[in-house]
Amino acid sequence: MRTLLAAVTLVVGVAGGLVAQKPDTLTRERNSPPEDSVLVVLRRLQARLDSLTRAMAAPVEQAPPPVQGGRGTYMNVGFSGLSDFGWSSEPDVGLLQRGDHDPKVRGFTIPNEELTLDGAVDPYFKGFVNVVYKLDRSGESQFELEEAYVLTASLPANLQLRVGQFFAEFGRQNQQHPHAWPAVDQPLVLNRMFGAEGLRSQGARLSWLVPTKWYTEAMVGVFNSAGETNWSFRSDASSEIHGGLPVDRGVRRIGDLLIAPRIASSFDLTSTQVLLMGISGAFGPNNSGPDARTRIFGADLYWKWKSARAHQGFPFVSWQTEAMFRRYDAAERPSAVDPQVLLPAEELHDRGVYSQLLWGVKPRVVLGLRGEYVSGNQAAFSVPERASRSRFSPNVTWYPSEFSKIRLQYNYDDRKGIGIDHSLWLQFEFILGAHAAHKF
Amino acid sequence: MTGTWKLAALTLLAGWNHAPATKKLNVVATTPDLAAVAREIGGDAIDVAALAKPTEDAHFVDPKPSNLITLNRADVLIEGGAELELGWLPPLLDNARNAKIAAGARGRIVASTGIRLLEIPATFDRSKGDIHALGNPHFMIDPVNAKIVAGVIAEHLSQVDPADAAAFKANLARFNATIDQKLLEWQRQLAPFRGAKIVTYHKDFVYFASRFGLDIIGELEPKPGISPSPSHLAEIVTAMKANKVRVITVQPYQNRKTAETVARQTNATVLDMPQQPGAVPNTAGYVDLMDYLVRTLATALEDKQ
Repeated sequence: MRTLLAAVTLVVGVAGGLVAQKPDTLTRERNSPPEDSVLVVLRRLQARLDSLTRAMAAPVEQAPPPVQGGRGTYMNVGFSGLSDFGWSSEPDVGLLQRGDHDPKVRGFTIPNEELTLDGAVDPYFKGFVNVVYKLDRSGESQFELEEAYVLTASLPANLQLRVGQFFAEFGRQNQQHPHAWPAVDQPLVLNRMFGAEGLRSQGARLSWLVPTKWYTEAMVGVFNSAGETNWSFRSDASSEIHGGLPVDRGVRRIGDLLIAPRIASSFDLTSTQVLLMGISGAFGPNNSGPDARTRIFGADLYWKWKSARAHQGFPFVSWQTEAMFRRYDAAERPSAVDPQVLLPAEELHDRGVYSQLLWGVKPRVVLGLRGEYVSGNQAAFSVPERASRSRFSPNVTWYPSEFSKIRLQYNYDDRKGIGIDHSLWLQFEFILGAHAAHKF
Repeated sequence: MTGTWKLAALTLLAGWNHAPATKKLNVVATTPDLAAVAREIGGDAIDVAALAKPTEDAHFVDPKPSNLITLNRADVLIEGGAELELGWLPPLLDNARNAKIAAGARGRIVASTGIRLLEIPATFDRSKGDIHALGNPHFMIDPVNAKIVAGVIAEHLSQVDPADAAAFKANLARFNATIDQKLLEWQRQLAPFRGAKIVTYHKDFVYFASRFGLDIIGELEPKPGISPSPSHLAEIVTAMKANKVRVITVQPYQNRKTAETVARQTNATVLDMPQQPGAVPNTAGYVDLMDYLVRTLATALEDKQ
């Protein structure tokens, strides 16, 4: 890179020199015979080329040192690649593993290859982009603009605005990218509430750092409410929730947007223990009918102990739990199975929880255990996406370095009315370029 | 209902951040060594807090929410730079909403500015381990570097708080004089061991070794940030025996057991040689820490002679 920089500097310098000398050369051209002037120019060019060759052969150490605090570029570029391999007792793995970045088939899956770009836009904004490439169940390439947003650098009164396409700040894991997940797959409750890709949309979020002694952040996001990443709202696939045919529902008033408030607080319990708690909401229209609405509530808790003598961040113990409740007001609608049948207006109540314990035993080794439960109330129809289900997942992760990861996970899966399934997944991850710094 | 509201309001008020009666500069340092030097320069005019603990690995500090609050209220931030804090400081700063410590602001001090960093890689290749593109960031245990950093801190503090500039200047002069005098003393103490061969756990001792003429023949880590492997440790044992290495230095957070296993096989001593003031008792100040390091090393090398 530095050699390239030196070469570019030199070429620019040489070009600049030639341009600067041009008038001089022209004057002489007028005063001397033409063949002479050509020779002079040729000789000069030869001399320049010689010096250029000498400079190129000079040791790298002579190049200027890199600029402090940067890598000589205006943005960080990173790439993280995930590969899964494994087997499940359920032949149609997609029925079990509903997340978009989960293993999808018996054998190999490439669920998430993510290009991340970030940097200061100017003194006022910072920009972040995540572009995802992945292979679907049949090995076809897919592309996804997962996130692209700017964050303000210094609004007054401890405010901060985020604008663009991004994950809603609902609970903890919804905002995390698959490479930061503590398990191979998406928690069931996140899948039930927010669909395969989590709750993300186009919108804006205002956050306020409340001036209390401890950390308290209050935020509210306003988003478009349509599309598959608005699973519980105006999603085309909403019949998987309400069993009816979705209506074509436009945006008539401000209430047809999705509103997502959240408040979170954190305390240092001791110098080595931190507690972070939050409550979140997501309110917006659903397309079971022209006036139907959905309300989702969530509570999350994260506790972490890290040794005062932590080496590479180990040892540590962390506990994370998220619970969610959804009230989906389904309007009177024709059944998706038989449009002649009219399903009655009804309140669909769904709930779910996951709880996860991680133990960073020693540098680069983590043992994990996750328990989950999801269920929905009785309704006039039956869909698999509302049936009771529990899952139990122990896993072990080994990080050969900060930039690679190998994880083995077993899932004990109990779907009510269907039966018990067993799955074993091996996951491999690699990171190139800038390592996305993890948030707490 | 009214009672509940009163209680809620009182709770909120109790937590509300009151401005302190005396206006001291709020200085935040990423690591305790930078905080210790800032304390020398700022004296009574500043309050200093360090984000990393003296006993933990400064490459991997949790960006916990309380740190965010500390940074939100800072007048000055001192970071080591050279990518030491790359894994945890950026997300905190993205959310700190504090223009006073934004990149390039007067309140933002990058300690590595002006330091002649060692081990700047010619190529960036992670098959060589987690190397820092800008050079080795563990430069504070060279007292000459500490003087340079003290100068940068004094300059920034004077810009942020011109009223106390004279005091900062006087404190800097005093700190420099102390270091100059102590450096002679430390060099005298270590002079008999010039060229002594030692082994370290991580590449975190090169500036000290270069200043005092020690010869580091290897690290227990095969490559920076990569855990020691049996085959590499076997090589180190062979090299230590061949070179008659008598000392292995470790940080409080590094795996002492590994170092002790190697020490047993080579008849060497494992020395606690922390980078950070406060990591071992009676090392709260920068000079205290250097005194401790020089004394500990000199004693160990003398005993083993």
